[in-house]
Amino acid sequence: MPQILIDRDLCKGCELCVNACPQKILALGQEINAKGYFFASVVEQKRCIGCRLCCITCPDVAIQMRVSGTMYHYFAY
Amino acid sequence: MAKKLMKGCEAIGEAAIKAGCKLFFGYPITPQNEIPEYMAHRLPQVGGTFVQAESEVAASNMIYGAAGSGERVFTSSSSPGISLMQEGISYIAGSELPVVIVNIMRAGPGLGGILPSQSDYFQATKGGGHGDYRLLVLAPWSVQEAADLMQDAFDLADYYRNPVMVLGDGLIGQMMEPVEFKAERTPCKPLPPKAWVATGCSGDRPTNIINSLFLDPEVLERHNQKLKAKYDLMVRDEVRCASYGTDRPYEVLVVAYGTVARVCSTALDDLREDGVGAALFRPITLFPFPYAELRAAAENARAVLVVELSTGQMIEDVRLALEGSRPIHFLGRQGGMLISPEAVSERVSAISAGLPEEVRHG
Amino acid sequence: MAETVVFARPQALAPVPTHYCPGCTHGVIHRLVAEVVDELGLAHRTVGIAPVGCSVLAYNYFSTDFQEAAHGRAPAVATGVKRARPDLIVFAYQGDGDLASIGMAEIVHCANRGEKITVVFVNNAIYGMTGGQMAPTTLPGQVTTTCPLGRDVSQVGYPIRVAELLATLRTPAFVARAAVHTPLHAVTAKEMLRRAFRYQAEGTCFSLVEVLSTCPTNWGMPPVEATEWVEKNMVPYYPLGVFKTPDGLDRAPRPAPATEG
Repeated sequence: MPQILIDRDLCKGCELCVNACPQKILALGQEINAKGYFFASVVEQKRCIGCRLCCITCPDVAIQMRVSGTMYHYFAY
Repeated sequence: MAKKLMKGCEAIGEAAIKAGCKLFFGYPITPQNEIPEYMAHRLPQVGGTFVQAESEVAASNMIYGAAGSGERVFTSSSSPGISLMQEGISYIAGSELPVVIVNIMRAGPGLGGILPSQSDYFQATKGGGHGDYRLLVLAPWSVQEAADLMQDAFDLADYYRNPVMVLGDGLIGQMMEPVEFKAERTPCKPLPPKAWVATGCSGDRPTNIINSLFLDPEVLERHNQKLKAKYDLMVRDEVRCASYGTDRPYEVLVVAYGTVARVCSTALDDLREDGVGAALFRPITLFPFPYAELRAAAENARAVLVVELSTGQMIEDVRLALEGSRPIHFLGRQGGMLISPEAVSERVSAISAGLPEEVRHG
Repeated sequence: MAETVVFARPQALAPVPTHYCPGCTHGVIHRLVAEVVDELGLAHRTVGIAPVGCSVLAYNYFSTDFQEAAHGRAPAVATGVKRARPDLIVFAYQGDGDLASIGMAEIVHCANRGEKITVVFVNNAIYGMTGGQMAPTTLPGQVTTTCPLGRDVSQVGYPIRVAELLATLRTPAFVARAAVHTPLHAVTAKEMLRRAFRYQAEGTCFSLVEVLSTCPTNWGMPPVEATEWVEKNMVPYYPLGVFKTPDGLDRAPRPAPATEG
């Protein structure tokens, strides 16, 4: 089961990840981070398919992805 | 090592190699072409690398990169090219990088001419680039001294982590004189290992960053103070000058540097024969300028004559040194015209006879 | 169950936030370069050359040694480093004002000498750091603070296609253009960067990858819209792909056929 971890204080609320997620499970929250940005968060973790498009598109390396349990092969990126 | 007849430019190049320098980045410009030509021929023979840059602007940034990698490196050019290098030199000083820069001066301003001149004195000693920085400037008066100062320049550059300029008027580069390179030479300064170089780190040390950008004003001020401290050390420890004929009474002290000083020393001999007492004071480091030594030498003279191949630039430092204690006269030629010993002795005789009043300069 | 990390910050990228504006894809390009440097095992002997422009502070964002170059002179500084220490991996990271305007002579001659370095050339069609002025790569009609009525090609000429320009040089090199405005483009860009750094590691040739990038702040549009602007406006003018490989072909553009009259 892939898990998306967004570092709230690295995120600048640019919404590129929100736009890139094919599952549309990312959104800017209502809270602001240390720098005053509304940071992105995962709306429905369990619908995440582990495609990492959010991680790849994030300009601030704010998104990390972990996988636990069975894991199919991830394409070499 | 036996004496060898060499052209100034070539002696300077060979001296760099004797100093263990294996890298040269330069660009063609008369009257220093023989330096890049010599380096292009010699460096491969000693496992070194010669690169002809696309411009002096590029060359000044290439030596920046090479120096930041901890290697001895030098460049050479002539007046207009040195003007193009000013930004690079300011960055080199700001990033505390050891480089040697040779300027074989030609007449200016603008395209000017290709014949000898000393009209880059201000640029060299008062800083041609932006920001509070100084170059340690060495002015040889002979091909042998050019070779010796060139080798010292690398030690001084490494020790102070600062650009050092060897400033020769056109004659230094173009005339041929016997030159001797000592087989063994001890560095003129202690040379600690360069722990600051940017050569890739595998986590064994923090990253080294060669940089002159400090956006935080407090940090940049501390950096400026650190650089100033180095220049104060140079002023205290690195002044070099020479005086001739001061062991006998003299009325007129002639002040000149580079080959002009040699012309003046010839004039001194003629003057002695005519019973006119004159001595010569020759700054070798133009920064740090020998203010105290000059003041001392001028104590015994009634008047001072400054002789330059320019409209008068070093004369301002002479004024600072003497602080109005002596009348100062000026003899200068420009455009590549040279000064003859006769012209010097004629002026000195006139001064000692009390004829021309002091020249109001500047 | 053991958890495995399948995406994280590369080693060669320092664990610090950047000053780049939200949505600016400099950050993506930094990460791709760092990932390539890590994957090829080069970090310990890599020296980056930072330009003057938005990425002037790149030396804080990579965990490799760096040198800060004067505006436009990164290729010259890189030449100095590589010639002094050929064993080091040297990359210059530059913007379009830095490389294609003040530094044009430096990049052309660095490429023409065939310096075995890698240049990461970020083209966002504008001067970012100084507040949105026209760059050599600003598109026809594109509005900036120094072409407020839009770039008038009859007055200031057309934007310069750097990859194509360098591709005409006879000296062998790897020259490509990529983009990062979508994840797929980013993956392709990484492949180009990997090839470029590999050419350097093998000592084969000069390599440059021009990467189209966004500037939401100075383009005056939100980050997502900026990525669409790249697709709609920049990619047509700056086609993506490999323009030159070190195959040693003469590559001289043939003169146009003689037309009568």
